[in-house]
Amino acid sequence: MTFSTNRRDLLRGMSLVGAAAALGTTFPAWARSGSGGLTTGGDVLTGDDIKLRIGHAMHRVGGRSGHAIAINGTVPGPLIRLKEGQNVRLSVTNTLEEDTSIHWHGLLLPFQYDGVPGVSFPGIKPGETFVYELPIRQSGTYWFHSHSGLQEAMGHFGSIVIDPAGTDPVASDREHVLVLSDWSFMHPHKIYTRLKQNGGNFNFQKQTLAGLLAGKGQSAAERRMWGQMRMDPTDISDATGAIYTYLVNGHGPAENWTGLFVPGERVRLRIINASAMTNFNVRIPGLAMTVVAADGNAVQPVETDEFQIGVAETYDVIVQPSEDRAYGFIAEGIDRSGLVRATLAPRMGMIAPAPPLRARPLLTMKDMGMGDMDMSGGAMGGMDHSKMPGMDHGAMPGMNHDMGSMKMLDPSVAPQVKMGPGVAMLSSMPMDRTAERPTGLENEPHRVLTYSQLRSLAPNPDPRDPSREIDIHLTANMERYMWSFDGVKFSEGAEPLAFRHNERVRVNLINDTMMPHPIHLHGHFFELVTGEKGHRPVKHTVNVLPGGKVSFDLTADALGDWAFHCHMMLHMHAGMFRVVTVRRDEDAA
Amino acid sequence: MIPVSIRLIAALVLAPGAAQAQTAAPPTTAADPHAGHAIPMAASPPVVDPHAGHKMPAAPDPHAGHDMSPVPDAAVPAADPHAGHNMVTPSTGEIIGTAPAPVPPTDHAADAVWGAAAVAPSRAALRREHGGFTGSMILFNIAEYQARKGGDGYRWEGEGWFGGDINRFVVKTEGEGDVRGSLEKAEVQALYSRAIDPWWNLQAGIRYDVQPEPQRVYATLGFEGLAPYWFKAAGALFLSNKGELLGRIEGFYDQRITQRLIVQPRAEIDASAQSIPEIGVGAGLTDIEIGLRLRYEIAREFAPYIGVEWSAKLGKTAQFARDAGERASGVNYVAGIRFWF
Repeated sequence: MTFSTNRRDLLRGMSLVGAAAALGTTFPAWARSGSGGLTTGGDVLTGDDIKLRIGHAMHRVGGRSGHAIAINGTVPGPLIRLKEGQNVRLSVTNTLEEDTSIHWHGLLLPFQYDGVPGVSFPGIKPGETFVYELPIRQSGTYWFHSHSGLQEAMGHFGSIVIDPAGTDPVASDREHVLVLSDWSFMHPHKIYTRLKQNGGNFNFQKQTLAGLLAGKGQSAAERRMWGQMRMDPTDISDATGAIYTYLVNGHGPAENWTGLFVPGERVRLRIINASAMTNFNVRIPGLAMTVVAADGNAVQPVETDEFQIGVAETYDVIVQPSEDRAYGFIAEGIDRSGLVRATLAPRMGMIAPAPPLRARPLLTMKDMGMGDMDMSGGAMGGMDHSKMPGMDHGAMPGMNHDMGSMKMLDPSVAPQVKMGPGVAMLSSMPMDRTAERPTGLENEPHRVLTYSQLRSLAPNPDPRDPSREIDIHLTANMERYMWSFDGVKFSEGAEPLAFRHNERVRVNLINDTMMPHPIHLHGHFFELVTGEKGHRPVKHTVNVLPGGKVSFDLTADALGDWAFHCHMMLHMHAGMFRVVTVRRDEDAA
Repeated sequence: MIPVSIRLIAALVLAPGAAQAQTAAPPTTAADPHAGHAIPMAASPPVVDPHAGHKMPAAPDPHAGHDMSPVPDAAVPAADPHAGHNMVTPSTGEIIGTAPAPVPPTDHAADAVWGAAAVAPSRAALRREHGGFTGSMILFNIAEYQARKGGDGYRWEGEGWFGGDINRFVVKTEGEGDVRGSLEKAEVQALYSRAIDPWWNLQAGIRYDVQPEPQRVYATLGFEGLAPYWFKAAGALFLSNKGELLGRIEGFYDQRITQRLIVQPRAEIDASAQSIPEIGVGAGLTDIEIGLRLRYEIAREFAPYIGVEWSAKLGKTAQFARDAGERASGVNYVAGIRFWF
């Protein structure tokens, strides 16, 4: 009886899968709609000898087919499942007419196998097969992607799950991998060119006269003030839902990727943001999520209702759907220009409702790095100094109480930044925002995850205090679409960021732009400086909030040269990139 | 929202007092006491300390009486010898050393593994592809038919750039004519443009006037950019091959009515340092023009528009026009397409 029911479901499921397959890309079983979750069988790649093939493919989204660069023919590429302690040979064959590469995002490995052409190795030429030999020294949820050109934006990414050598600290009855991505029928080079030509080209949520008359958004006085500074409070994302369809496991909202569960099960969702340009807000209305890992590293379980996942971050959450109904897995672009709904359901054929897009948030003076001033009154008079006991006004450069001369570009606050056309703003009072809700989620009526809530499950491995600290400014000019570190694009011959082998360094990332930037360091984990020492969250990518500052402590324990960059692909492409060198002292000049 | 945030600043500033409070402050734990509650705050739940603003009455706390920090994270910086030096340094409790940074190496780790010759081309590509932009844009802000008294006309004003972020080759062209065939004014400029700050470009080059005749060539020095309040503005001086000096300033503003319906007020003023009767130019202000164009962006790159424009010749220039039997001023109704690629 049970068998026949399953069989009927299976057949129903298969007809849907068949229909999907007929449309274009065939998905591997784990990414197929109606997936029962991860198993080690089927087309999950396992073992110590794995073969990957990079080639052209057509990917179908919303009834339309577009050119993809795919790994083993699918978008997303395959899921690789490994075991901590094993060695793996990954043979990557390039069938394209251009160079390619694979970077293993978050994996600790010998630098020459990190997969960044020009930093770790020469790249993989057309027709060539390159063999990566990796010792697997860690466990968790990771991913991989091209580091050549803009291939990643065209589908060249896949997921990695590494099971721990011992018992998994996270118990679950079922697992699903959810790879989030942003798909465009516009070639990424064209997206980039359009942004260079017209900075706000894809923003169709700007403030308007109609909005002002309807009493929406900023007051006329605020608009004048922001206009005077040539800053746009709606400048939250530059590549938006106007050109992107957001995908879960390659499926858009129309395709409705569905992951199955049995009510009452503990389901582990391994969520990977493989987008080129989209930070998402993730929620499952009606279902609390318990965050159990971030960037592959287990954290002390923390329950929440929504979290922001920067590009290239991964989060593992446990959900326990108890009802026999469909739940919507909602990933909404942080600028609210689009969302993707996938479904978690006990059976195929159920469709969770997609909620309407929420109102687009507006940036504030705080996002401009001007500290915590509420300008909603449109005047500095709204700032009650009496509420700031002990605040030494003299110690706040750039904060000038005369509105007319309030500086959003005062070089004295960041002497290391090379001023010029590429730097339109400097945060005069960058604040540690790791305990704040991320952009746009400030006023949500439910729980929202902050970095400060993340506590590593394992004690941080290196208890030493940093022997020095460095500041790195994230700099930009949105109108010219220029992005850089410290005002210097990588193409301008920027010097490497040098570290001594095994030294412990505090790195302060100061965001001098109005967008969050997910900053990624290759080959290392770092501990975010938030909360008490000892169990700080261990990450490979950190999303630095606008006008804010994030500090991390790094033990530079991986010899070699590594990439360090903003993971918004077009920001990196525009120059927000550096090489990090880790050398033994005696090797240094 | 405001009080919490201000307390956050206060907590950072009051770090010494708050430091010892750490033990008493609720730790940031997985068990969120506010689970399920609606907390309309900017700050995350753990920051919203139920004791925020209270003086801790706990007797065992030797530091009772200190202002409790609502931010557990902020509780530590007393131990930081730099506390007070830099308010925005995250409060962490560690002592951060002052070891010098190593000298950046000049060699490349990958060369030792793969050979310098093998890596060199991809290293060059890496550099090129991370900031080395070269592109172009051609924009016709005005390409229109003009309904005017005494004979309809046409008009264009376009600009193209080719190059990178900083250095560009710019071509500008503008002109107008009569639909029945006569080209009244036409000029082309070829300029080197350099970005000099976040908003402004300095431009220098030559201008060649096809009409009016006799033709002239000018050396050009000007600027173009984005003024405060999002005004696009440009201005230039023109020194002709006959030693005459002309000037021009123009600006426009795109006012969004909706996301795609945009009205563009635009103004231009021309001036001359001397009278040039052979081309009908008088000394002083020569021309003024004020227009209003309403466009609908079917795509960002393609926007049909309608508009109205008032233009007038001024002073001696107006006199030259009247003497030649031309209108010195008038209102034109226009329809056109703004496009770029």
